[in-house]
Amino acid sequence: MKIVTLKRVIIVSILLCLLLILVILSSVTVGSVKVRPSRSITILLQSILGLKGGGTETEQAIILSLRFPRALLAGLVGAGLSVSGAIFQALLKNPLADPYILGVSSGAAVGAIVAILMGLSTLSFGLPLASFMGALLTILAVFYFGRQEGKIHPNTLLLAGVIIGSFLSALIMFFISVSQKEELHTIIFWLMGDFSFSNYQTIRIIFPYILLSFLFLYSRARQLNLILSGEEDALQLGVNVENLRLISYLSASLLTAASVSVCGLIGFVGLIVPHSVRLILGPDHRLLIPSSALVGASFLIASDTLARTLLAPIELPVGVITATFGGPFFIYLLKTRKVVKTL
Amino acid sequence: MIEVQSISFRYHEEWVLQDISFQAGKGEFIGLIGPNGSGKTTLLKILYRLLSPQQGEILFEHVPLKRMGRTDIAKKVAVVAQETHLLFPFSVMEIVLTGRSPYLGHLMFEREKDLEIAKKAMEWTEILPFAERPIDELSGGERKRVFIARALAQEPEVILLDEPTANLDIHHQIDFLNLILTLNREKGLTIIMASHDMNIASEFCDRLLLLQKGKIYKIGIPEEVITQKNIEQVYGCEVWVDQHPVSGMPRISLLKKGVQ
Repeated sequence: MKIVTLKRVIIVSILLCLLLILVILSSVTVGSVKVRPSRSITILLQSILGLKGGGTETEQAIILSLRFPRALLAGLVGAGLSVSGAIFQALLKNPLADPYILGVSSGAAVGAIVAILMGLSTLSFGLPLASFMGALLTILAVFYFGRQEGKIHPNTLLLAGVIIGSFLSALIMFFISVSQKEELHTIIFWLMGDFSFSNYQTIRIIFPYILLSFLFLYSRARQLNLILSGEEDALQLGVNVENLRLISYLSASLLTAASVSVCGLIGFVGLIVPHSVRLILGPDHRLLIPSSALVGASFLIASDTLARTLLAPIELPVGVITATFGGPFFIYLLKTRKVVKTL
Repeated sequence: MIEVQSISFRYHEEWVLQDISFQAGKGEFIGLIGPNGSGKTTLLKILYRLLSPQQGEILFEHVPLKRMGRTDIAKKVAVVAQETHLLFPFSVMEIVLTGRSPYLGHLMFEREKDLEIAKKAMEWTEILPFAERPIDELSGGERKRVFIARALAQEPEVILLDEPTANLDIHHQIDFLNLILTLNREKGLTIIMASHDMNIASEFCDRLLLLQKGKIYKIGIPEEVITQKNIEQVYGCEVWVDQHPVSGMPRISLLKKGVQ
């Protein structure tokens, strides 16, 4: 009988890991400086195994300090946004929900813009730190205003998120209209999503947040299934709904905050990846969460690779690529209602 | 088995339930009847502690319900709601398996034993043939059976039903009620069912509880509760009560204006 078992989760995860590795390897190989595929793989493997040699110094530098960290960061962010999107869709019982629905992204953007205007973006992690703080403050504000009698109601929370988000968007518009030309370029690139600042340090900073939130959400995967059929239903099956909701909202928000703070606002990933995975593998969170993470990682690395190679040497914001592919796909989703009955 | 001791409940200012007391014995089939807004659904919700009464107490096998943990209640009491909407289409088997969740604790995946119990529940409710179909492809009657199967997978002692026959045609109504009756008689499950259909309640239930504006108007066997006087008093409309020609239980007929 076709149900989600540990065996199935492991098999699917291994297959998707292989896909991810393949995508990473292609990503480090292509670019404006040509490196032969076999050589780029050798360089990467040797460096991971701690060996020396292989390739020229330039090739090593390009692959190890530019392309590989960039792929890793795109992968982390893709995984974070996809899982966060899947969780928000379940918690808000809204198939249109995405990681930015509660305004976390606008908070991060305000933080980032303030940092750019103050000239902090030249520091190695001034920008991510400022936008992370902005996102965290927004999460706190949304949860403070979005509760009724100490309880979380999805609709009240959603409303608080949307309103705080709009307020922050107004701030963003204001900052944009008063900023100078050179800052404007940085701001707009950040708003569209940009991985060109990637380095190992940012990866080290966000990795623990993403890993912990992911592990926590995964440990609640079975309960998250029950919440899809409604609060009363989940409660009568023994789930502490209040507790589950609060902690899952916070973890998913943290995932979003950590992701957007390092690369700006990348749209569509958090919306379409969980939907596509559901289409193929079903709605069970025990399979959905790890698969969304791996597919999201592969998708964003692939998109970022396209973003920097399509019009090389000009680099497109990665948000342009995800939306170009995401937009048509989403219309297709809307047209074939089979995926989501309630749309 | 269940002792309800003078409970009162209100959402806001007004009392929705007032001073309700009754007992349900093991294996009893109890019907809750009463007009819209008389408190039937609220009473059911209190019985599985979705809501907690401001006054009074409920004892489950002499243990106060409010001192039982969520999962402990879920192992004893299963609920079949009027209509359950799922955001994404799970398969029948997946939904029935969620009935095992009170027994899983921190386990992430169901064990072999849980699969067996879920399969048995699907055999009882005759839904095994479409175990792998997504729930949204099923008819109303089949969906009801899926949620009964999930309730059975909880291995409960009590099943609470809220308007189980609403929206079903007579064939599916009788199929469903016969299934409930079998579970009641053969498995000794206690059933508490809220229903608008007094003829069904009269035919299937051992005892009836007639509610009026949050208070018990009458409690007893169907012959004592479903009388012309009681029904006209509580519902405020004229009815004709006679006996079911086959079973001999009280039967209600509605009267058109001018017909007497």
